[in-house]
Amino acid sequence: MATELQSRAQPSRRDAASDATPAAEGHARAANDDAVALEGVGRTYGERGARSVQALADVSMRAAPGELLAVVGPSGCGKTTLLELICGLQAPDAGSIACAPAVLMPQRDLLLPWLSAVDNAALALRIAHVSRAHARAQADALFAELGLDGFQHARPHALSGGMRQRVAFLRTLLSGKPLLCLDEPFGALDTITRGEMQEWLGGTLAREPRTVVLVTHDVEEAVLLADRVVVLSQRPGRVIAQLEIELPRPRHRTDADVVALRERALDALATGELR
Amino acid sequence: MSARPTRARDGWGGGWGGWASGRSAWAPLLLSAALLGAWELYADFAGVQEDLLPAPHAVAAALWNNGALVWRNFAVTAEQVVLGLALALASGFALAIAIHLFPLLRRAVYPLAVGSQAVPIPVIGVLLVFWWGFGIFPKLVVIALICFFPVVVSTVDGLAAVDPEQPKLLRTLDASRWQAFRFAELPAALPAALSGARIALAVGVIGAFIAETSTPTSEAYSGLGREIITDAGGFQTARAYAATAVLFAFAIACFYALALAERKLVPWKTRARGETT
Repeated sequence: MATELQSRAQPSRRDAASDATPAAEGHARAANDDAVALEGVGRTYGERGARSVQALADVSMRAAPGELLAVVGPSGCGKTTLLELICGLQAPDAGSIACAPAVLMPQRDLLLPWLSAVDNAALALRIAHVSRAHARAQADALFAELGLDGFQHARPHALSGGMRQRVAFLRTLLSGKPLLCLDEPFGALDTITRGEMQEWLGGTLAREPRTVVLVTHDVEEAVLLADRVVVLSQRPGRVIAQLEIELPRPRHRTDADVVALRERALDALATGELR
Repeated sequence: MSARPTRARDGWGGGWGGWASGRSAWAPLLLSAALLGAWELYADFAGVQEDLLPAPHAVAAALWNNGALVWRNFAVTAEQVVLGLALALASGFALAIAIHLFPLLRRAVYPLAVGSQAVPIPVIGVLLVFWWGFGIFPKLVVIALICFFPVVVSTVDGLAAVDPEQPKLLRTLDASRWQAFRFAELPAALPAALSGARIALAVGVIGAFIAETSTPTSEAYSGLGREIITDAGGFQTARAYAATAVLFAFAIACFYALALAERKLVPWKTRARGETT
């Protein structure tokens, strides 16, 4: 199943980034096996001239398979553009992108209101022509594991914000793609629920390892979850700093090392340089 | 409803809903009774000629005395309304989907669809009979012509109303154009399509009247529309009113039948409006 999905993923984009991509079947991996490799990527909207808006300028970043790469930055710094570039929904104007087949988890959950939670989670399988019964069975198996047991048949409007995000994440996971692009997944949640969800995501990824690009405006969230934090500047987004987070998991927001790294990242955001 | 959350959770939600709507059925009945009473008083005591405005009791008597005639004409009209609406819905949905999937078609067809609504039916009624004969089909075409437009407009809007982020998500899930349509756009458009169907239904009955009166027919019983025109011209005003009352009731019955179907077809909408699950 997974291989079938990957082999069908965005062939046109792979061609566009072919200088860095081996022509192998299935996994569209970058050279030296990075799951994400961006080199000097730029993206400008609108026509060249006075009315054009430059969203990203000269952005480079990498993530090895299984790594969680967090991207933080002020609002409007091109974070969503970055994810759409990685997912192949847009093409860069400059630089090169080579990524494993990626799936997007948009900012809002976008669950389909007429489908039950389990059918929403199984959407990618249905799209891949898995029969309804088999798709449900596969999603159902993960419901208990991810703390969603008992909510299989609830419609989205009957679920809390946190539960909806869990279902949306499960839908992302069940696409079978090796790279998950999460766009501020917990941005709309209250502080307590966000804390629970961060813990939940950390635990889930420990059980179901994937490469993740997590876009967030919450620096603490980035430090708690990521292997590496990329700090972007105001528009046009440029990479100000890259912080390696080599702390053991699970991490807590009150750990001295977490606090120190968070402050460093916040300082880089505020001053535009890493000190 | 919300005042009784424990009951609702015990599985009595539907029961209480039924109870509440059963109760609210009194409101239209009371209003109708009040209007009928006022009409009765006006007709009896204001000195209006019976040929001009028959009193409700005279209309009821005319209905009672001409039951068989009205019933057979009603059967003709009801068949036309139901089949005509079915034709309107089928062609309206099909056209809306085609317009949605092929933007070029939208530009080509939309102006013509709008223009078609301005064509006075009597102008083409005889032509339709010339093409398809004295049977029921030309009448169905007239009804469909009158009713398909709201179906097309609301369905096209519904199909386009999908969250603009949704296609991006579906593309990263490797959905084809057809799958995006089938999994997201089509179900999302269903409530709007049904709203269009409701408007179509409301004009469907008057559409049948226009169809009957603008296309010549050879049948013995030619429908309530023909009967009303004949009666109104022949000083059978009470019978014309009786036939009108039947059309009136039929339109209401059709409307609520569709509302019932809507609850079955788009349960996620009806639920979201307040019932707890």
